[in-house]
Amino acid sequence: MLHPDAKLTANIFDKPAEAPTRDGFGKALLELGETNPNVVVVCADLAESTRVLPFKEKYPGRYIEAGVAEQNLATIASGLANYGKIPFITSYATFSPGRNNEQIRTTISINNVPVKIAGSHAGLSVGPDGATHQALEDIGLMRMQPRMSVISPCDAEEARKATLAAAAHQGPVYLRFARANTPIITTPETPFEFGKAQVVWQPSDKRKKPQVALFATGPLLYNALLAAQQLEGELAVIVVNIHTIKPLDIATIVEQAKKAGAVVTVEEHQVAGGLGSAVAEVLAAQSPVPVEFIGVHDQFGQSGEPKELMEFYKLGVQHIKEAIIKAAGRK
Amino acid sequence: MLSEAEISEISEHARAIRETIIEMLVAAGSGHTAGPLGMADIFASFYFYILKHDPKNPDWPERDRLILSNGHIVPVRYAAMAHAGYFPVEECLTLRKFGSRLQGHPERTKLPGLETTSGPLGSGLGQAAGIAYGARMDLPAGRQVKTTFRVYCAMSDGEQDAGNIWESAMFAGNNKLSNLTAVIDRNNIQINGMTEDVMPVENLRAKYEAFNWHVIEVDGHNIKQFVDATDEAKAIYEKPTVIIAHTIPGKGIKEIEFDYTWHGKPPTKEEATKFLHELRTMQGKVVSEHQ
Repeated sequence: MLHPDAKLTANIFDKPAEAPTRDGFGKALLELGETNPNVVVVCADLAESTRVLPFKEKYPGRYIEAGVAEQNLATIASGLANYGKIPFITSYATFSPGRNNEQIRTTISINNVPVKIAGSHAGLSVGPDGATHQALEDIGLMRMQPRMSVISPCDAEEARKATLAAAAHQGPVYLRFARANTPIITTPETPFEFGKAQVVWQPSDKRKKPQVALFATGPLLYNALLAAQQLEGELAVIVVNIHTIKPLDIATIVEQAKKAGAVVTVEEHQVAGGLGSAVAEVLAAQSPVPVEFIGVHDQFGQSGEPKELMEFYKLGVQHIKEAIIKAAGRK
Repeated sequence: MLSEAEISEISEHARAIRETIIEMLVAAGSGHTAGPLGMADIFASFYFYILKHDPKNPDWPERDRLILSNGHIVPVRYAAMAHAGYFPVEECLTLRKFGSRLQGHPERTKLPGLETTSGPLGSGLGQAAGIAYGARMDLPAGRQVKTTFRVYCAMSDGEQDAGNIWESAMFAGNNKLSNLTAVIDRNNIQINGMTEDVMPVENLRAKYEAFNWHVIEVDGHNIKQFVDATDEAKAIYEKPTVIIAHTIPGKGIKEIEFDYTWHGKPPTKEEATKFLHELRTMQGKVVSEHQ
């Protein structure tokens, strides 16, 4: 059953409303425009699709155009942050933090300035644009950099909260957003704490020990919830939303992995370097249990509809159910 | 206007900075020699005349910002900062050593007054432009030209190979960042040889002018010319300014001058003794010498 403390959308399993996570980012920027005069936006020629256009229209003096120049996007923002601004830089994740990775490393992370990197169109769900535009390495690139935090929100509402949290956080932050419409899982009442994982599903019979713990990040959390729901009565499962991949909520991950004794990770990203790696690193050191990894396994994406791609790359509900059963069987 | 006395005072600081550069490079056992020596006159001019700064209060919000883009010549900056009073000159001998604030390439978080982190080439101009833009954003509308401080960015000529430079040059020109003055150390050498053999950067003047910059060319060892150029930049309202400073790599030590093989190596102890003698006697002009 849904965890009552998570206060998720009531009709979550019955055609919930959908929106892209990038929409929540755009909304939060408008709020920040109102509440924090230091927030500025620097964009690399993608104002509409990265959802910063309303901010540009409302606060033209705080919108800075970098053009199609992602290296400059990062270095300009570094200078702005060095001076005292809180710049959000926006592009597609394959370009920023993809193309400008070294500038982010040197002038933002080593420099230790509070630039917020918003990578939109991340994951396979970009669909028809194909492999060049489907960022599947961005979480890994960003979480490897010391001082960098990484947030991968599950829906538009969480994306809004994550953006507000990023602005309030002192250091550099990477925010991962997607282009496609995905179910709105959380509500304005759902708690969001930077760096804190959240149990969103638990066995209906609370006395029953969970048999598998699912750790999911991004919009695929919805598939993880569907898998848990469809297995209800068959297998007791816990689903944990890992919105903050760095700093990772190690305590919650170890606690839930110990309790369940088997783990499945779920992400729309390369397993290598992504959430799967992050969870495995923690568990290998602190509580070794069998882990199954749902994610992309050392492949690039390709053109197709998001749903087709989710099936092809084995990120669908059925694949997650199979991984849960497999993990439980490995104990 | 600079007086003759001021010019000779700055020259003397430049000479002392060169000595410190040789001493710190020998102590470090690695690092770059030609670039720092070639930029000593310009850094002496910055720290002892041009910059509005306070060594005892390096975070002073109204200070001029000097961004060093080509981080590998940082010994000249460390030496200039030490002589200006940011930290004891003796600390220069910790360059590149474990635990030192004087990292091999400069790190903003390690030493107050450095402004930015650099080393990988091409990223200083963007940061300088970001600071210049940010400062201008805070001005009341209609007074867009007079920020409380100026931003300077020192770059190398080999660095002009980097794409990021031209992205930033385009940005600064487009936004008419007149509070930004860049300086290119036009010493014609880079690691693999002469710049015009490795990857020609000319015509630098025409390139920057095409990007809406005001361009001034000076002899980078003529302190008066350089200071005058920075003053001229203050009077240009609609464009950022770039000063192409023609310099001699290794300036001050005959054996190093013009020789690109001195780009990335330090002198040996024996060489250093000879070089320091050369600097202290002002290339033979001074007969008596105290070592």
